[in-house]
Amino acid sequence: MEQLKTIGRELAMGSQGVWGSSKEFLELVKTIGEAKSKAEEERIVLAEIESLKRRIQEPDVPRKKMKEYIMRLVYVEMLGHDASFGYIHAVKMTHDDNLLLKRSGYLAVTLFLNEDHDLIILIINTIQKDLKSDNYLVCCAALTAVCRLINEETIPAVLPQIVELLNHQKELVRKKAVMALHRFFQRSPSTVSHLFPAFQERLCDRDPSVMSAVLCALYDMILVNVKPFKHLVASLVSILKQAVEHRLPKSYDYHRTPAPFVQIKLLKILALLGTGDKAASENMFNVLGDILKRSDSTSNIGNAILYECVRTLTSIYTNPRLLQNAAEITAKFLKSDSHNLKYMGIDALGRLIKITPECAENHQLAVIDCLEDPDDTLKRKTLDLLYKMTKANNVEVIVERMVEYIRNISDNHYKTEISSRVIELAERYAPSNQWFIQTMNQVFEIAGDLVPQKVAHDLMRLIAEGAGEEDEDADSHLRSSAVQAYLQILKEPKLPSILLQVISWVLGEYGIADGSHSAEFIIGKLCDIVATRPGDDKLKGYVVSAITKICAFEKAAGQTVDLIPECVSFIEELYASHSTDLQQRVYEFHAVLKLDRDTLASILPMDASCEDIEVDKDLSFLNSFVESALANGSRPYLSDNERRGMGAMTTLASNNDAGTSSLLRFQPYEKPSIPEPAAALVTASHYSQDAIDQHDIYSSAITVSTSSKAPESSSNDGTRLKLEGVQKKWGRPTYTPEAQVPKNPINISDSVKVSSSAAGKEASSRNSSAPPYTERKQPPQEISAEKKKLAASLFGSKAGDTKAKPAAKLQQNGTSKKAPAKPTSPPPPAPAPPPADLLDLSDSLPQTPSVDPVDQLADLISVDSSAATSTTSLVEQVFDAGKVATKGPSPQASLQKDAVSRQVGVTPSGGTNPDLFKDLFG
Amino acid sequence: QIRFVLLISRQGKVRLTKWYSPYTQKERLKAIRELSALILPRGPKLCNFVEWKGLKVVYKRYASLYFCICVDSEDNELDGLEVIHHYVQVLDRYFGNVCELDLIFNFHKAYFILDEILIAGELQESSKKSVSRVISAQDTLVENAKEQASSLSNMIAQATK
Repeated sequence: MEQLKTIGRELAMGSQGVWGSSKEFLELVKTIGEAKSKAEEERIVLAEIESLKRRIQEPDVPRKKMKEYIMRLVYVEMLGHDASFGYIHAVKMTHDDNLLLKRSGYLAVTLFLNEDHDLIILIINTIQKDLKSDNYLVCCAALTAVCRLINEETIPAVLPQIVELLNHQKELVRKKAVMALHRFFQRSPSTVSHLFPAFQERLCDRDPSVMSAVLCALYDMILVNVKPFKHLVASLVSILKQAVEHRLPKSYDYHRTPAPFVQIKLLKILALLGTGDKAASENMFNVLGDILKRSDSTSNIGNAILYECVRTLTSIYTNPRLLQNAAEITAKFLKSDSHNLKYMGIDALGRLIKITPECAENHQLAVIDCLEDPDDTLKRKTLDLLYKMTKANNVEVIVERMVEYIRNISDNHYKTEISSRVIELAERYAPSNQWFIQTMNQVFEIAGDLVPQKVAHDLMRLIAEGAGEEDEDADSHLRSSAVQAYLQILKEPKLPSILLQVISWVLGEYGIADGSHSAEFIIGKLCDIVATRPGDDKLKGYVVSAITKICAFEKAAGQTVDLIPECVSFIEELYASHSTDLQQRVYEFHAVLKLDRDTLASILPMDASCEDIEVDKDLSFLNSFVESALANGSRPYLSDNERRGMGAMTTLASNNDAGTSSLLRFQPYEKPSIPEPAAALVTASHYSQDAIDQHDIYSSAITVSTSSKAPESSSNDGTRLKLEGVQKKWGRPTYTPEAQVPKNPINISDSVKVSSSAAGKEASSRNSSAPPYTERKQPPQEISAEKKKLAASLFGSKAGDTKAKPAAKLQQNGTSKKAPAKPTSPPPPAPAPPPADLLDLSDSLPQTPSVDPVDQLADLISVDSSAATSTTSLVEQVFDAGKVATKGPSPQASLQKDAVSRQVGVTPSGGTNPDLFKDLFG
Repeated sequence: QIRFVLLISRQGKVRLTKWYSPYTQKERLKAIRELSALILPRGPKLCNFVEWKGLKVVYKRYASLYFCICVDSEDNELDGLEVIHHYVQVLDRYFGNVCELDLIFNFHKAYFILDEILIAGELQESSKKSVSRVISAQDTLVENAKEQASSLSNMIAQATK
């Protein structure tokens, strides 16, 4: 039979030239196929384009020839070259009366043109005509083009005709009309909003394909607004019921599953309709239970339905019994050997734990296996899951994993995404400031410039503020450890700019604070930093300010600072910098060096970066000055209000330069471009207080410079202002971190023992929560120590925790099975005697901890290698078996194809691609 | 919703592309390049999904051809996998033991079939029988039209003689 078919096909092809195309085209494909390099391919294609360009413009090209040219254009465009010169000919071809040509024209046009292309307007007329055609195939060709080409502006031109086609006698046309209207809805919802009743009518179409097309459209409409569709729940449920019960035509079966694509679509819609709606959800419970019961978990498509069902169950109003089933399905996925199913399982688990957080514990090892899987996709998905289940007690392990992951990938998109997650988790759950700083340093080091600037400011602020309590020792310890860590990091080559900025700031502020490093040493390091990134002005600004601070601290402490030669040349260079900001900084530095000790201590006090700067809005400190000025005959200050934002600066400037050239220096302050006046006010008045103390020394030039943004102060002040109230995030943790992460195997075995004894005692609780097949598939005996350790730290098997959790579970099981955990659960009722089948589970667990830690380490090595070899998926086996039985690769057919191709001379030479002839299913 | 369909050979040659969302020619080339680099080296035991720029690409290898579809991150991956399989089955039914060569030389047919299965990024027909029926109806119609045209022109020629 198969052979007959093949022969028949070849005969058919023979009638229209072998393979239905001309020799030239075959030649083209062949040469491209044999091209040895990309450049050669390029050359061939360009030559082809040239020849097409020439020939397509010849007058009176026969239509059949034209069709071939256009197909060749499609081919060229598919290879990634521009074929726009031929678009117009494709458009012309759609006007042709011959259906074959018309269809080719439409195909080419839909492939070539986007919906906003200028040529579309030329096709509208043809489409309108074709939609009215008696021939339903012409109609269909036009509708297919409509779906691709009609944009918001042209919808009205075809809409009435398409609405008419909704009642066409051919189901094919009705279906495509629905699809077209769906497309219109996506483009511009308002154009078809009056057609909702028509859609609903088509939902009851006698042909299932039209109905399923309506489902696609419904899904999108419900996504936008659920309300108008609530009444459809009952009918959708009944359709789903019919599908599940095998009442749709047999041709919709797929691997013996009844209409799976329709089922999945319906489940998606029901998930939307049932979200937060108890009444609607209750309507669905029955049919959902039915699907869970009937679906066949040995085929891929059956699993697709089961997975969709889990999704639906986790988004509608919860039903404990069904949720239990969903948990079982998830467990089955996770335990599967197929990577695909594991992936789905991880995803499903991520959805489940939103509702029942405790169910993650049953799958600890499966999750860890996925995390260590060589498959990148699976790993990333597992990280997603971990992100969702991060809590204070497992944040360290999870963040460590994430950091390790981003260290090894190069994809910027995911690097940004995951590092922002790391930052979020670290900010929310950091167990200690030390850890937070370390983590941030790692993130900066790896993701570098992908990290937003704000994070750097937060980090500097944290180092400056310390624990936020009156524990100076801890704070200074934190700082000196930060300095130490940064000096270490500086040894690495190629650090991102943002990290260097943080380092410069920290070294400037705290580099010499604890006395273990000399000022020369730190300044030297700072100069080295600049040397690594010569063109980075922002970084230079940070460094100059840092050097300024260090010199000021040294002088204030009564020591003399001898600038090292590198530093001197660095500073000298900046006097002539193009950046005015940098120039100002070095002049400022220069001025600071000249100041005496006491003054220095008051302008740049040690460790005062987080001192609150009091904003004296009334400028009361100027009162005496104003009075004396008035007494000396000055004009009274006018219209204070209109210059409210910069009042502080202007007065300050006039204060400083009272005698000298006040007018000249006054000017720039008139209209400073200050985006946030509040911040500027803070900066200005901060300096003003310092400056007042010794205004005769502090030249006005410096006053000017200080008002421009000085990163160390503005960044702190800026974030301080913005972050008011966030501080409690970093508040002292309420537990000791040491208790969370078991440091050695003995520790783990303790915790595991506790959990296993808990499992024994509360076996009845596990009975309902642990899925039945756990009995079949016992946890492997030699689970490596490291995995257990990881599991313990990830899933928080702190002794107290494990005891408390099953108790809580038990309590729920008694009353409402798997309702969300209540925070304060009463002491557990007396546990029921454990059923016999669970005894072996509880037996098997305590055995492992008694293993010698050294053995466990040995196991760790062996298990890791054996874990990599997974058996072929059951699903695939089933598929393959079915295929072999029904068709299988037919060598005869391939041979014949081979013969035909030889006839036209397209046999790929040598071993370029012997697979060309291989049956795709082979 | 499906963003695009991509058929690439094991050597990274493009065999068929269909874009359901707007992509410029440049973006298309970039997507093809990135995805071939991502998918082709993956081993047979790994899962058939890769995440790509916030979307997901579901792929399946048949002999030397990779069928890839790019779907939204919220879509059901297994469903996507079966859509691919469905398409291949229909192709197989149409060509009879479909092989890569069939798709190379009859890519317009492959496009026509794809158009009957997917429209605007949605699965439109899940019944293999109906798809085959439509395609063969189109094919026979084409034949008929040809015959009619030739007989008509004959008649005209005779009449005008």
